[in-house]
Amino acid sequence: MSINRRKFLKMAGISTILGIGGVSAVQGVKNHVEASQVSRNPAALTAKRWAMVVDMSKFKSEEDYQKCINACHLAHNVPHITDNPKHEVKWMWTETYEHAFPGNEDQYRAERFQEMPFLMLCNHCENPPCVRVCPTQATFKRKSDGIVMMDMHRCIGCRFCMAGCPYGARSFNYKNPRPYINESKENREFPTRMKGVVEKCTLCYERLAKGLQPACVEASNGALIFGDLEDPNSAVRKVLSERFTIRRKPELGTGPSVYYII
Amino acid sequence: MLEKAIYGGRRYWVWIFFLLGLISVGFLAYLYQFKNGLGVTGMSRDVSWGLYIGQFTFLVGVAASGVMVVLPYYLHDYKKFGRLTILGEFLAIAAVIMCMLFIFVDLGQPLRVLNVILHPTPNSVMFYDMLVLSGYLFLNLLIGWTVLGAERKEVAPPKWVKPLIILSICWAPSIHTVTAFLYAGIPGRHFWLTAILAARFLASAFAGGPALLIILALIVRKYTKFDPGKEAIQSLGKIVTYCMLINVFFLGLELFTAFYSQIPGHMHSFVYLYAGLHGHNQLVPIMWVSSILAVIAIGLLVFPQIRKNESLLAVACLATFFSLWIDKGFGLVIGGFVPNPFERITEYWPTLPEALITLAVWAIGFLVLTILYKIAISIKEEVVFDKYGEKQIKAE
Amino acid sequence: MYNAGKIIIGIIIFVALVTFPFIFAGGKATAKPDPKIDTPEIFKMPENERKCVESKAFMKKEHMQLLNDWRDRVVRDGNTIYTNAEGKTFNMSLQNTCMRCHSNKKKFCDECHNYAAVTPYCWDCHIAPKEKES
Repeated sequence: MSINRRKFLKMAGISTILGIGGVSAVQGVKNHVEASQVSRNPAALTAKRWAMVVDMSKFKSEEDYQKCINACHLAHNVPHITDNPKHEVKWMWTETYEHAFPGNEDQYRAERFQEMPFLMLCNHCENPPCVRVCPTQATFKRKSDGIVMMDMHRCIGCRFCMAGCPYGARSFNYKNPRPYINESKENREFPTRMKGVVEKCTLCYERLAKGLQPACVEASNGALIFGDLEDPNSAVRKVLSERFTIRRKPELGTGPSVYYII
Repeated sequence: MLEKAIYGGRRYWVWIFFLLGLISVGFLAYLYQFKNGLGVTGMSRDVSWGLYIGQFTFLVGVAASGVMVVLPYYLHDYKKFGRLTILGEFLAIAAVIMCMLFIFVDLGQPLRVLNVILHPTPNSVMFYDMLVLSGYLFLNLLIGWTVLGAERKEVAPPKWVKPLIILSICWAPSIHTVTAFLYAGIPGRHFWLTAILAARFLASAFAGGPALLIILALIVRKYTKFDPGKEAIQSLGKIVTYCMLINVFFLGLELFTAFYSQIPGHMHSFVYLYAGLHGHNQLVPIMWVSSILAVIAIGLLVFPQIRKNESLLAVACLATFFSLWIDKGFGLVIGGFVPNPFERITEYWPTLPEALITLAVWAIGFLVLTILYKIAISIKEEVVFDKYGEKQIKAE
Repeated sequence: MYNAGKIIIGIIIFVALVTFPFIFAGGKATAKPDPKIDTPEIFKMPENERKCVESKAFMKKEHMQLLNDWRDRVVRDGNTIYTNAEGKTFNMSLQNTCMRCHSNKKKFCDECHNYAAVTPYCWDCHIAPKEKES
């Protein structure tokens, strides 16, 4: 049986691809850690759907909300980028009313409401557009408690989630963040991120796993109320039943979990 | 057939080495970007997509426009396009390669790009974009290569090519619709959140792509012995005319909805692009250049006497191409990010590394195009020359 | 030989390219890796408790696969406790569990990684322990 060079090369190529593909497929499926070996920390805080209520009446001075922002940014080694505002990374910050709730402008609103510094963070939506658009599930909604998480190992840095988020909650690492983290204040128990991935507030999943409240809630002195939205007896449900609250851009159907008491 | 690309005259090699030079410079710029991160571009926390994604969006349209010559020839037996189809298919291949490269250079973690395949995500439009672009590239390569190979051997192409061609005709609009879906389903970005976006994309694609194809056909006729055909070019010109008119009409529809409804969210991006918003007006000059070019293009295209004049047709096609290149390759993407979700404005302009990398990707595309065209034309020159025994310069 | 000049030059270039890595590295890369586990944190533990998460053989071969699985369990599933084959529990964390004991990245992790010429980028994010210049 004779075979010409072209046919031989074609067969060799296809067998190589099948061979490598087959081996990788088998290896990839093999599980290295049994499910039985893994469990949740018994002290962890659990909920069906975490939510937060920001009581603006309790934020009296700049120090009040700066404490929350600093607690968050220090606990998570968020870089402090000052040389180029285009590259800034922030998980929590403040905006005035017209910027926090655009579409609700009113020039005759009382000045004290116009100037109020509303705390902004990821809303951990119930129907998050960022999760819908992510091509690798690097950002995903945790089934256990509804937190919109980030898997920094999987993110390819396409920034589709940043386009998709209607709240501007996400930041991209346009450069290596390490030089912008104060080494003396860094949290050595939490990783930093590297350039080329997107980051945002992750509701302190690592603190919840140890039974602690989120860093901002702890630092807020009662101004931030945190709890399970689907537990009728939780602190958030109690506040929501007593006070009038607003959320950001609810008409978009995202179902944000951050409420604001004016 | 590849060996046809290594035989060429002085002009051919000067052009190839010029492109290789651009590619080398851009590659060095990319290494700089890879090392230092995407901060070397002009993108920001607010404008997180820029020139790269804009160029990708524009080039998907050019790639899809291959269908404008393939469909009439294969589905409706429009024989006049017979000499253009291979040029259209090869243009589509070069365009898709450029699209994929633009996405690659835009990624923050490009080495993880295979994650899109390793972790398929059916709810993500970008996943489908990756699938349809890869499929379209594969289809066009297979079809173009097979048909050209058959022509070289002076036999009819194998029967299995026909269903694949039909598939590619359906696939072409889908690649651009999926790309439009990247934008058209994003809540909170009102500049993009419009059902007509996919239709606008297709109209501008079918105007811009054939415009480029006409220019390429004219260049091919000037510098080689192969003539794609005067009537074919005229038919393409009619397609560019109608699609450009439809494209401008669709833009008018958008402007009406935005400004008659007077809803701020719908108006703001248009105001920013064409008039400037709160003192920020960096993009206003180029958006008006795009509009003026569109008017010039339509003014030249609409009149058959002007369109029949191939030099004026070339001018009109250049005007069309650059008008759409600015509008879709830049204005569309930036307009969606300005103003940002907080009604603040962060402007965007590409940096030098960004421009060099963009230029390099275009150069790679033109290199692929040159090589493929060289192969196709060498074969067509041989075959048609021998068949008629005379220099093939007269069009049908 | 036809084209003898070109062929001989080609062979010389080929040999130079192929042997370049070995000539360039010299004797540096050939020393057998010797990862040290004499960190203060390990010495603080009583001798009979100085055991890693899994056996040395397993870790040598599969520590990366274990870490990948840990990553998915912690980040994607929200579980943090790992029970090893002997029933001992650990917190699944490279930074807070593995590097706690193996706090000498240069003399432990880097030893084998440098020898194998791999550069895992774990520590671009996971803060490596501060090493004392001893």
